[in-house]
This record gives sequence, structure tokens and C-alpha cells, in this order.
Amino acid sequence: MNLSQALLQLRRLPAYRQSVRLSAGRWYFLLPTVAVGVGVVLPLVYLLVRAFEAEGANLVEIVFRLKNLRLLGNTALLVVGVVVLDTLLAVPLAWLTSCTPLKGGRFFTLMGVLPLAIPSYVMAYVLLSLGGNNGAFAHLFGTSIPRLGGYWGALIALSLYTFPYLFLNLRAALFSVDPALEESARSLGCRPWEVFYRVVIPQLRPAFTAGGLLVGLHVLGDFGVVSLMRYETFSYALYVQYIAAFDRVYAAWLALMLLILAGGLLYTEARLLRGLRLDRAGSGVGVRSPNAYSPVSLGIWRGAAYLFLAILALVSVVIPIVTVSLWMVKGMDISHLTDLFNALSSALLASAPAAVLSACFALPLAYMGVRYPSPFSRLMERVAYIGYATPPLAFALSLIFFALWATPQLYQTVWVLIYAYTLHFLAEAIGPVRSSLYHASPRLEEAARGLGYSALTAFFKATFPLLIRGLTVSVAFVFLASMKELPMTFLLSPPGYETLATNVWSYTEEAMFAEAAPYALTLLLFSALFVWVLLIQERSRDASLA
Amino acid sequence: MRYLVQLLSVLLIIVTLGTAHADELVIYSGRSKSLVAPIIKQFEKETGIKVKVRYGNTAQLAVALLEEQSKSPADLFWAQDAGALGAINKEGLFNALPESILSKVPQHFRNSGGGWVATSGRARVIAYAPERVKPETLPDSIFELTEPKWKGRVGWAPQNASFQAFVTGLRRLKGEQKTEEWLRGMKANGAKSYPKNTPIIQALASGEIDLGLPNHYYLFRFKKGDSKFPVEQAFFKPGDPGNLVNVAGIGLLKTSSHSQAAHAFIEFLLSAKAQQFFVSEVFEYPVTDEVIPNVKLLPLDELLKLMPKLDLEALDDLEGTLKLLRKAEIL
Repeated sequence: MNLSQALLQLRRLPAYRQSVRLSAGRWYFLLPTVAVGVGVVLPLVYLLVRAFEAEGANLVEIVFRLKNLRLLGNTALLVVGVVVLDTLLAVPLAWLTSCTPLKGGRFFTLMGVLPLAIPSYVMAYVLLSLGGNNGAFAHLFGTSIPRLGGYWGALIALSLYTFPYLFLNLRAALFSVDPALEESARSLGCRPWEVFYRVVIPQLRPAFTAGGLLVGLHVLGDFGVVSLMRYETFSYALYVQYIAAFDRVYAAWLALMLLILAGGLLYTEARLLRGLRLDRAGSGVGVRSPNAYSPVSLGIWRGAAYLFLAILALVSVVIPIVTVSLWMVKGMDISHLTDLFNALSSALLASAPAAVLSACFALPLAYMGVRYPSPFSRLMERVAYIGYATPPLAFALSLIFFALWATPQLYQTVWVLIYAYTLHFLAEAIGPVRSSLYHASPRLEEAARGLGYSALTAFFKATFPLLIRGLTVSVAFVFLASMKELPMTFLLSPPGYETLATNVWSYTEEAMFAEAAPYALTLLLFSALFVWVLLIQERSRDASLA
Repeated sequence: MRYLVQLLSVLLIIVTLGTAHADELVIYSGRSKSLVAPIIKQFEKETGIKVKVRYGNTAQLAVALLEEQSKSPADLFWAQDAGALGAINKEGLFNALPESILSKVPQHFRNSGGGWVATSGRARVIAYAPERVKPETLPDSIFELTEPKWKGRVGWAPQNASFQAFVTGLRRLKGEQKTEEWLRGMKANGAKSYPKNTPIIQALASGEIDLGLPNHYYLFRFKKGDSKFPVEQAFFKPGDPGNLVNVAGIGLLKTSSHSQAAHAFIEFLLSAKAQQFFVSEVFEYPVTDEVIPNVKLLPLDELLKLMPKLDLEALDDLEGTLKLLRKAEIL
């Protein structure tokens, strides 16, 4: 789409909005749309306000310098690298845990989610502490391996903690792909890998792009990992400006540039999804579950599959847990148990409501985007991603700015924090719902309406049950992300409010790894527990459906 | 619209948990909870004054204060380095502290306008890996680090506030040109950049670098967990810019409605008890001389001899330093 076409579409927008309002202009669509729109526009307005305070000469020196171009190049390389590596990890993992009769599928699913519970910089510290003369590897095996660093270090660390985004999106989608299609393909003589390549993969497109987008935006915004790995990306320039210079003006310019980059990713995703329809006639002939329906036998590849799963779990979950536990052994002090409990409960106080709210907002947005595709509904869906791509520090500063202006009473209360989590992480919630929606046929709902149900009842009777798995993932994503969030927590929470994540950060920042360990482990343990409960619920639902 | 939002917020506030109460002292602390929580607890116990602390990164909190301006709920800003205090002071957000507080510390450790006062000192040192560098071969001055002998062996942290404060000091002591030459020389000599002090120490231990330029207290924390940790540290020759002493300090914000309690808190931080805590538990240097020295640290008067003669006021030109770092292609 070129610029003139884009303008043309924009001009058509009011008409579309009207058409949306006619078919979907109910409060349950309008409320989230307005909320998200406002939530995302506020930070943008804030950044523009700040950006216009700039002076030309400094602008050239700080923002439009040659080095930033090089940083952009570095960033692009890293985004591509991480998306590719994540794909190589997540596709086999998703397929093995959902379409094959391997034992321990749920366990490996849990392992595939847990990296999300590890703060990125902790993952970087862990990987860094493996190599070198004084590294864990050298202590255990007497010979040292090289220390990670630079591009490859950043690539590995970021991939290991972002692949769950892709994995969970793909998994939710795989469960909604109609297995009957695969059976048909097989009956027509396709070999198993052909079935996968020609039937399954094309259907995973929305999940793949949603997951890939999250991964890409993560890499764009990451500072913790790349700085520890000593690989300079664009966010490096941004943080240097905020952190080193206490500067909000030129940092705003850099943040806006980062948003343009994010816009590029969003555009790519939109192109990849154009005109997609994947729904099936009913709610599916087969319900996919490793127990009820296990069509693919791995034959001689079984061993290799287990090896792959084991190595991935080892590197992305076991090694971090063991390393963090070793920190603790070096100087265990359990006098902080009440602190630990307080940190856990305050983290939950904001993260849990935010996770549920995000899912509630994501549902109507995704629904509009899939069922009433128009430039407007697509725009609204994309807008959530802009909120996600706004650097959290800028997001927090904008909320300080606006909260003090409009609602000083609410400033520095938990509400602002919940609001910030909900809107910032909304994008993580949209993808899984959207990919399940693509597979839920509108015919079902129409049939329900034909039977005399109201629109809302029809939706909850016919479509909603098919979305639960996607929604579950949405809740999990936002919950885990909020639990480990830092910049917004620091700036928006009430004074005296501490979470597990802020404690982990505070101790590691002072090189007190032993003291940081119990908080990091509690964060992991609790997240594991949470994800496990979700997975168990899934199974009982599958059982009742089968 | 605005009134609607306000109405809504009043409803919400009725059920809001954990907000600061009017009679509580609110501190924005850029100093980690891990370092200062015990001493704050002690203050609450002794005075009965309730304290709410918002912990965070010094720079982020400074930016937040600039954003909040006259609407800040904070009474005090306790920062990790003089640069951030300078930024807030320049913006006119601090109220001057009374002479009774300022006079507790040497002139060197306070803002001349009375905007803030130092609470503890932190020195720059040279850290090294004794397995690969003999203590007697250590450089006497930071200017030796650009020699070919150290090519690719030195680690530094150009994004870090304490390093930048050191560069500001270097500019004041040796001039712009010499500083720029040194920065470029270091870069040409393959100095490796780390985001902050902790990774420098870790890189030294792992063999990635042989020398590093961190603050003095991080190493003690590594040694606490592992007494055989293979890194040591030393000072440069007396007066070398590499021995710069920066401070953590605190200032009273104009928005404060509890100046009496706030003054009490600052006085407490400068009391022998709190100073002793910083020295013994946090491994920092005291700013008053009423403490029993930590055996791992130099006595304050020896440190004063080692450090370059430089006013902390001079450290507030962060902008110029960033400009120079950018010009030298280091940031």
C-alpha cells in the first residue's frame, strides 16, 4: 500500500466506522475501543509534546546522528535473528507437544512457558555466568567455555526468553486447526511431513505473525539483555538519553523513532494476514488433544524429539533455576520471609487484575478485527501494539503527566499501575484470542441467532467456548509480563509498594545475588504454579469435550 | 471530560489500598532498598515517624520528579550520585537545608547553595584480576591505560552515571582536550564497554578483561559470598582523577509538607549510628568523622589525601560530558 492509497483509506474511515457501529456499535465494542484508543493516544501525545520542546542543533547531534543509523542496522539484524531462532525452537516444540503422542506433553508445555517468568536481565546474567574462567561450567567440569557476548550472546539470551510467545500462540492455534483436514490430506496420499508443510503450516499464519510480532517488538524495546551482552541496539540510544542524561526531550524523539520501527513491523504483519479465512464448518470434527486424538507417530524420530525437548528445557529453564539457586546457597538468609510474602502479594494485587482486564479488552478488539474487518477495526487492533511498542519508561512518564493533570487523586495508587499494565500489555493478549477466532466459524453464531438467541448470548453459547484456550494464553501472557515488569512499577506504584521483580532488580543491581535469589525463585515458582493450573484446567475441559 | 474522570477517580479512591497517608514522610530513593531499608526502619523505630519509600533507579526517579514538578507527593529525594541531585537542584526543585544540617559534613560534601547534602561517599578505583596482573605492575594513573600494554584488557562503563561523573571530574581537572584525547585513546586501545559496575567485576573474574574502572564497593559484595573471588582493587597514585570520590546525597523537595520530619530524617542519616551502618554494612565511606573505620576501607582522612582536589559542584555539568562522549563516539 503506498501513501496515496493509505490516505484514501483514511478518508473512507468515517463511513467504515459507521458500518462498524451498525453491526457492532454496542457498548461491549465501544468501551474497549475507546479505552484502548485513549490509552494509546495519551503516551503519543505526551511524546509529541516533549518532542516539540527540542532545539534544532541538539536534535542533529543527538537524534539524527550517523551512529543511530548503525544502531538501527544492529537492531534489524537482531530482530531477524531472534525471530528465526525462535521459529526453529517454537515450531517443533508446539508441534511435538500438541500433535504427537509424546509422553510428558504438558510438562514440556510448562517448560516452554516458564522462560517468560524469568526477567530478561536475569536470563542474561545466568548465561553470562556460565562461561569464562570463573564460570559455572569451569567450576563443574574443570574446563572453561567461552563467555557469551555481542550479537550471538544477545541473540541466544533474547531467543531463550522470547520463544514462549511464539510457542504459545502456535500451540493455541494448533489446537484450533481442524484435525479432519490433516486426515483428509493423509487419505489423499500425503506423507506426514507433507501434511505438516502443506496443511498445518499455512493455517498457523495468524499465530505465527502474532507471536513473531510480539517477539520483534520485544527485541526492539529490550535494553536489559543487549546492554549486558554488550551489543548496541537502538533502544540503547534511547535509554542512554533517559537514564544518563535525565533528558525527556530528545529521548522522546528517539522513542518516536522506535515507534516508527514498530510501525514497520506492524505493517509487515498486516500484509501477511491480508484476506485470511481459516474457519471450519462446525466447531471441528475432532478435538485435538494428545490423548483423544494422536494421529502422528514419530517412529524412529522419537528419540531425537525427546532429546530436543530435553535440551530446550535444560537450557531455558533448568540452567537458570539451578544458577539462581546457587546464588542463594552462597549466602542464604531467610529472615526476609515476610518481605517475600509482601512482595508476592503486592505483585499479585496489580498483575492479576491487569491480566484479566487485558483479556477482557482483547476479546472485543480481536473479534471486531476478525469479524468486521475494516480499516477502522484493523487500526484499533494495531493500536494496541503501538501501546506495547511504546518504551515502558515513556509510557510511565506519560501517565505521570496525565494522571497529575486529570486525576491527581489517583496518582500513585494501584489503579494507575493496573491501568498501565493492562494497556501496555494488551497486545500480548490479542494474538492468542485472534488466532482462535480465525478458526471459529461465524456460521455457528449465526445458527445460534437463528435459534432465537440474542447476539451476546449467541456469542457466549457458540463462539466463546472455542476461544477459551486462546483467552487462557492471553491471561497467562499478561500476568507473567506484569509480574516481572520494572520501569512502570517503579514510577507508577504507590510509595512503599514493592514487587518480587523490583526486589530482584534492587539486589542484583547492587551485586547482591544471594539476596536476589529467593525473590527470583519465588517469581518463577509462582508463575510455574499459575501456568500449571491453567494447563490442568485445559485438560479437564478437553476431557469433558471428548 | 476532566470532571467525569475526577468523579470516577473519587469513586475508585474510596476502595484504594496502599496509598500514602498525609502524615507519612515520602522518600524517593534512588538508593536500593537492599542498601538502605534497615536504616530507614531504624529511623521509624526511634522517632515514631512513618516513612513510605518509593525505590527506583536514581535517573528514572529524577526524570519522574522533573515530570511531577510542583505536584510531586515526595518530601525527599535520596540519590545515588551527585549528578542527579545537580539536575534536580538546577531545576529549582529543592528547598535549601538549614545550616545546622549542612555544617555536619565537610564543605566538600554539600551543595554550596544548601540544596542537598551528601550521606555517604563512593570512590572510583582500579579493579584487577591478580591471576593476570601483578599488583606492582598496576598503572599509576588512568592516563597509562591508553598504553599498548593494556590493549583490549580494560573494561569501563560509559553509560553508567558514576563513570560519567568521573569523566566530568576529569574534564574539570585536566581540561576538555586532554579528556577527549584520553577517551579516544581508550577507545583506540580497545576498552570494552559494560552497562554498569557489576558486569565489569564479573568480566574480570571470568577472564574477559584484566583491568576495570568500577566504584569501590561492588567487589566487597562479591567477596562476601565467595572469599576466593579472583578480583582485587587498588587506588591510582594520590591525586589522580581515577580516584574521584562521588557521593550519595539527599535533598528536601519544595513540594514537601513535612519539612520538620524531613530534616529529622536527614539529621538521622548524618548521625554516627547511620554513618556507621553505611561504613560497616554497605562498605561506603562516611561523610562525618564520628565512625569506627571499616578495616576493608581506608580511613576517611587517607581517602581525602588520595582523591583529586575537586569540588563536587563541578560534577553537575553532565550535559558537557555526554556531548564529549558522543563526540568521541563512545556513547
